[in-house]
Amino acid sequence: MRQRANWPAAIFAGLWLAIIMIPVYVMVRAGFSSREDYGNSGPIGMPNAFTLENFRYTMDSGFGKYLLNSGILTVGTVILVLLMVPPLAYVIVRGRSRWIPTVFKAMLFGLAIPAQVVVIPLYFIIVKVGLYDSLLGVIFPSVAFVIPLTTLILTSTMREINNELYEAMALDGAGSVRTFLTLVLPLSKGGIATIVVFSALQTWNNYLLPLTLTRSEDVRVATLGLGIFKQQFALNVPGLMSAVMLTIVPILLIYIFARRSLERGLMGVGGK
Amino acid sequence: MPRPDSAGPDTKKRGGLQHAGRPGLIWSVPALLFFALFAIAPLGVALYLSFTDYQGIPVVPPEWVGLENWARLFDDAALHRAIGVTVILIVLAVVTQVPISLLIGVWAAGPQRGRAIVVTLYFIPLLMSSAAITVLFASLVDPNFGIPATMREVFNLPADNIFSNLLGNPTTAIGVIAFIYLWGSSPLHTLIYQGGARQIPEILYQAAALDGAGRVRTFFSITIPQLKNTIVTSTIIMVVGTFTSFDIILLLTRGGPSGATSNLPYFMYDKGIASLDFGYGSVVAVVLIVLAMLVSILMVKATGYDKLEGSQEGIG
Repeated sequence: MRQRANWPAAIFAGLWLAIIMIPVYVMVRAGFSSREDYGNSGPIGMPNAFTLENFRYTMDSGFGKYLLNSGILTVGTVILVLLMVPPLAYVIVRGRSRWIPTVFKAMLFGLAIPAQVVVIPLYFIIVKVGLYDSLLGVIFPSVAFVIPLTTLILTSTMREINNELYEAMALDGAGSVRTFLTLVLPLSKGGIATIVVFSALQTWNNYLLPLTLTRSEDVRVATLGLGIFKQQFALNVPGLMSAVMLTIVPILLIYIFARRSLERGLMGVGGK
Repeated sequence: MPRPDSAGPDTKKRGGLQHAGRPGLIWSVPALLFFALFAIAPLGVALYLSFTDYQGIPVVPPEWVGLENWARLFDDAALHRAIGVTVILIVLAVVTQVPISLLIGVWAAGPQRGRAIVVTLYFIPLLMSSAAITVLFASLVDPNFGIPATMREVFNLPADNIFSNLLGNPTTAIGVIAFIYLWGSSPLHTLIYQGGARQIPEILYQAAALDGAGRVRTFFSITIPQLKNTIVTSTIIMVVGTFTSFDIILLLTRGGPSGATSNLPYFMYDKGIASLDFGYGSVVAVVLIVLAMLVSILMVKATGYDKLEGSQEGIG
């Protein structure tokens, strides 16, 4: 019934597509162009030749190490989230304690804490506990800030599990550990995938926590590297753009292989 | 799989079935500990630091100064300017992002196959960190290597034109930041609106078509009212995001030229961490935390997210 062509909408959608895609084009085109080529034809011009030289140059300038640090930070955060959040969600959904409503409220409250605004007290705390300038000192707060949303996502997944399945497990004499491992975890795969993607995205893309909680080049992550290269590569836009592209590659891979989880995870980003 | 010989124990267990296999509170301890230490404790620490003089040097502990930092809130012109910048950025974000993401989101929710490909492209900015987006746009607006240089050549503009120093002029610098927010954040809101629009029952549109309602009327009398909750949620997320974040400003302009792009959280960072005046920075942090929480609580109330609790297992 609504299948007639809607030209004003199509034109608007096309214009918006151009606004989104022009910067993306500039980035990809510059990343694969030589400095001379980019200088001659400008950011929007057509490329003359294709080169991987910028990526080699960027990696030689230490960006590989920064990407590795980002990887360690992200994997470390995701592992801790995986160890702590599913048990918490399980308690909220199946526990009998009278404290559970309070725990659930605390998670809702946690959603409201603006992560970027607490960098000053976090710096104070991380210095106090002696984790300043270490990846662990960034991992711990990163975990803390994704706990509320990942817990809420996972509790809604776990609520879908049929009560009869729990009763069958109980009849079988299974305790809470066995129920968790053989029933709850396998049936929560979708929710777990979403929280993995969400935590990974948040951590990989974070700029402020590493900025305020680290200092040395040894622990510098890729987003900080971009900030440094922005100064160092002021005259080398193609080199800078190749670094930007390198930070997107892992997320692009997730987008290709786990698009549904990514979209759900992205919706969660709204809570930050 | 029940064992054949397990009838005895099973019967015994049946009485306590309600409690069998229920996890104890101990399961939640690790997560709650982390949450308390690194997400809740900072709120208290911010409040404490706001009453102290502290320069971020571990060997010189914070010194209690009472309300001294708080008194500065009232006669600091730079802070008042930052409030103005914050308000301008929120207004610009709302007036640009709400209509665009609403229209594009509703369009993207349409059933046509071809749209899926276009929609995939719309979401590209979501894959990029704010650092990546800022570095990309800094190159785009660069007077010598960016789009301004191309414009100068193509349109034969004089060397000193409106595009020649986009980040050096207070008005255009704010404009560039608002544009980066639009480019980087509206895809998220498009995604939210797309989800919302897909929930609208098709039958409402069929009824409107039978009544002979045109597209514009259908949009205003069906789509918009049906998306009311989505609009509230998306706008609040947008407002909170805009007044609590400053990573883009930090990377792009450092609040300049002369404070013209310094919003409240950037002001807080600049005072607290960059200028090592932790006490005063914490005052601004406390104000921002309280504001963000009030707005978020409003959202939870408005969307009824807290009602989830009612259907929760284990209460009663």
